[in-house]
Amino acid sequence: MKKTLLMSTIAAAGILAASAAFAGNLTVVSWGGGYTKSQVEAYHKPWEAMGGSKINSEDYNGGLAEVKAQVESGKVVWDLVDVELSDAVRGCDEGLLETIDKSILPAGDDGTPATSDFLPGTLTDCGVASIVWTTIYAYDTTKFPGAKPTTMADFYDLNKFPGKRGLRKGAKSNLEMALMADGVAPGDVYKLLGTDAGVDRAFAKLDTIKGSTVWWEAGAQPPQMLADGEVLMTTAYNGRIFGAVATEKKPFEIVWDGQVWDLDLWVIPKGAPNKADALKFVAFSTDTKRNAAQASWISYGPVRKSAAPLVGKHATEGIDMKPHMPTAPGNFKNALQNDFAFWADHADELNEKFSAWLAK
Amino acid sequence: MSEQVMAAAGGGAVLAADGTPLKERLQKTLRRRKLVAAGLVLPLGAFVFITFMFPIVLMLFRSIDNPVINENMPLTAAILEHWDGQDIPGEEVFAALAADLAQARETKEIGRVATRMNFEYSGVRSVFTSTARKAKNMKAPFKDALIKADEKWGEREMWVTLQRMSKPYTSSQYLAALDMRYDIDNNIVMQDEDRQIYVMIFGRTLWISFLVSALCLLLGYPVAYLLATLPLKYSNLLMIMVLLPFWTSLLVRTTSWIVLLQTNGVLNDIFVWLHLIDDEGRIQMIYNQMGTVIAMTHILLPFMVLPLYSVMKTIPPSYMRAALSLGANPVTAYVRVYAPQTVPGIGAGSLLVFILSIGYYITPALVGGRTGQMISNFIAFHMQKSLNWGLAAALGGILLVGVLILYWAYSKIVGVDNMKLG
Amino acid sequence: MLPSYAGPLETTWYYTFRILCGLILVFLIAPILVIIPLSFNAEPYFSFTPGMLSFEPDAFSMRWYEDILNNKQWVHSAKNSIIIAFFATILATTLGTLAALGLSRPEMPYRGIIMGMLISPMIVPLIISAAGMYFFYSEVGLTQTYLGIILAHAALGTPFVVITVTATLTGFDQSLIRAANNLGASPTYTFFKVTMPLITPGMISGGLFAFITSFDEVVAVLFLSGFEQRTIPRQMWAGIREQISPTILAVATILVLISVALLATIELLRRRNDRLRGIV
Repeated sequence: MKKTLLMSTIAAAGILAASAAFAGNLTVVSWGGGYTKSQVEAYHKPWEAMGGSKINSEDYNGGLAEVKAQVESGKVVWDLVDVELSDAVRGCDEGLLETIDKSILPAGDDGTPATSDFLPGTLTDCGVASIVWTTIYAYDTTKFPGAKPTTMADFYDLNKFPGKRGLRKGAKSNLEMALMADGVAPGDVYKLLGTDAGVDRAFAKLDTIKGSTVWWEAGAQPPQMLADGEVLMTTAYNGRIFGAVATEKKPFEIVWDGQVWDLDLWVIPKGAPNKADALKFVAFSTDTKRNAAQASWISYGPVRKSAAPLVGKHATEGIDMKPHMPTAPGNFKNALQNDFAFWADHADELNEKFSAWLAK
Repeated sequence: MSEQVMAAAGGGAVLAADGTPLKERLQKTLRRRKLVAAGLVLPLGAFVFITFMFPIVLMLFRSIDNPVINENMPLTAAILEHWDGQDIPGEEVFAALAADLAQARETKEIGRVATRMNFEYSGVRSVFTSTARKAKNMKAPFKDALIKADEKWGEREMWVTLQRMSKPYTSSQYLAALDMRYDIDNNIVMQDEDRQIYVMIFGRTLWISFLVSALCLLLGYPVAYLLATLPLKYSNLLMIMVLLPFWTSLLVRTTSWIVLLQTNGVLNDIFVWLHLIDDEGRIQMIYNQMGTVIAMTHILLPFMVLPLYSVMKTIPPSYMRAALSLGANPVTAYVRVYAPQTVPGIGAGSLLVFILSIGYYITPALVGGRTGQMISNFIAFHMQKSLNWGLAAALGGILLVGVLILYWAYSKIVGVDNMKLG
Repeated sequence: MLPSYAGPLETTWYYTFRILCGLILVFLIAPILVIIPLSFNAEPYFSFTPGMLSFEPDAFSMRWYEDILNNKQWVHSAKNSIIIAFFATILATTLGTLAALGLSRPEMPYRGIIMGMLISPMIVPLIISAAGMYFFYSEVGLTQTYLGIILAHAALGTPFVVITVTATLTGFDQSLIRAANNLGASPTYTFFKVTMPLITPGMISGGLFAFITSFDEVVAVLFLSGFEQRTIPRQMWAGIREQISPTILAVATILVLISVALLATIELLRRRNDRLRGIV
């Protein structure tokens, strides 16, 4: 009896395992929360409406770990992943991603060929960018009856603005922002971070607020921390703060100074089960119209030149989106682009230093 | 024995019913019984071995396994084996390097090579990827061509690192796990001060585990005593109060502590309401070491109470009564008579709680903040975020050895068969 | 009990001790109970609102429970948790019981060492077990499958079955089996008629332990599962890390009720077992 029980268990488990892989559904992985919602509204729904395959939308917190695990185990279940630039480049180098032939991308609505319609640097061997996003810092206006913070240096000024700060738990963008707060011009940041003295200087600056810092990991946390009064000001992804302001009417204000901007790109893990479909989806979701439509749900800038003029009002709240874009001229004065090459080289060491610094 | 036993008359060998000597027969039966017993255990043994032990051994192998450079840069590795490590190697090695790099780019393995090297020598990832791009079109003399492509190829440190990494096995992961590294002359030295972390984290893990065990003992002892001395109908009810947390999801209990301890949580609200603190002065009780210790003590307390209770239950109350009637005052009687008999329970409970604490991951990850992270959290970090699996395996190996030593001590002192669950 | 001749010092100590124990028990139980009323909070906060404290009906609501039912992911992960725990329990209970029967035989060679090995999944830090399984299961294609998680959970659950069933067998009188054999019963018949009824309580409570182990396990799931196999704890883990919504408290409340039910079952079994073995 025990034997039959065991056999039937294994048989049943086998059936379960077999039915787990949904044939034909496209698994699209992104960062969750308001950002994924904007993609669902701007890309997934029109895609499904037009007769495309059904989409499984899945969340993650960035990084290549899961992609690497899937590719190396030969059991790839993700079809399309939304990654940062440094991960798109590193993943491509390590053979974890499929190369994407850029000829599949449609020309812009104004007829410009795709390769010149995309902003320079937004197409890589394995990735097609969809948006420009930014790490900024933001605060709750109701907590500042008098002077309000306006510069990166203010974020680090505990005397002028006493209270808790929120920072992402990781070296990336924190070190850059610390140097800029310390008076380094955006153009010199990476040159300085390449030296020991520069790294020490960044950590020394971080030291000044270490005792008053709350650390976050997921993009959804910072607006929540501001709303709960857990922190006075916090770094965040600009779209998340905008989302809280636009749809939940939170009194948050973004400080556009010393921010670090980056790209999000679509990449396809090597051996993705629905590669052909994924490629079609990449072409579909990055055409001029979709690229602009995305910006009516969240304040991340389109990467196609032809899409920029099409950015209009928020889809449900009717707010004019242009001034909220990270690429809007007024917001872009003192901005730094995340240097993927620098981070590809130094992420291991600096993250290790960061963990050591954090744990002490 | 079910067989009929028959003694042969005349003092010869004792024979069984079928005529074979009884001794032999007995041994045969015993052997068969042994086999049956072992046969019953075998399915689980095989199952646990395949699904659990073998995978762990395989993972630990990663802490010394170092195939990436050796396999993907075979020509360079072969020649470097004989390099004396003093002067920058000659043209022959550079030619091999150029060929290996070109090949590695072809096979798309260059990224893995660069990543592996970068863990050992920060900043060289791009040296490898960018040189590899140019390697295909390089012409002799390769030494000049490579140094022109990137001047790092003219540095001794680069070559010493490459030589060390081209060996198929390495001890560098274990060194890194102990905050040590090789210097340029292959001597083992301490890691730079600002990169030392794991020794401190191991220390902290032991400290938190000790603290949790001590707190569990402090809180568990009186409760166990009460349970053991109360009449059964009351003690059963109290026992359920001890067991309920034991049966409640770890995540539920951790959530509860977040709700209770956070800045805007229930406890701080109560303190404000009682005017113990004002609204601005709310106490930070979670997302630090305190949060980890409180939540873990709560979660592990039943593991202390149960062994203590089962030991105290066996101590006859008459001993205490005898001591008291012989004129000892209650404190003396307790210290001299009762307490010594509970020592086995204290040992069993403390050791069990300590063993379980030392590997805690979920609770510190959720409520530990910056200062309450333990070694498991760093293993998870290297497994999932930094992808430095070799280092994760080395840290795991050290942790596992520690736990197994404690487990061995536990089985010597308490005996695994005496483990009780509820 | 406090004797009638106790002096004032003893009386004081007696009550102080009782109060102390009471406080410790409150420390054990209160955190679990506090989330129950909070899960009915009408506001998305984790603290008692003034309305709740004055028992205004408006301050309470079922909205977070409705949230669970309307959320496909929660429903899906609930199904997953039950399926995985069910199969893992059957596997663990079957293998664990057989092994316990073997281990309890006096002839079992190397008993201590083997027992130590079989219990080790309970002792080895979960992060190490999960990492090991992750690499090995990847290689054989078991990650991101239900089978992989079921096998992992079964391995983690077997020690509990082994311990509880061995415990029920410690008082077991081996001569009963010999008696049955002498009376002409076949070994199979003896097993079902003599051994089985005696070890059933141990099997069931071991099985419940295995069930709750799987039902509550998150580390192995973090490493081995894909989106399809997400379980309730995995879903809670993500929720707590990002932002605790009161939905988590509602889920937690449901889990507490499940634990209470399981605990009650175990308690009844234990009493039955004690009665059968004539302990009480």
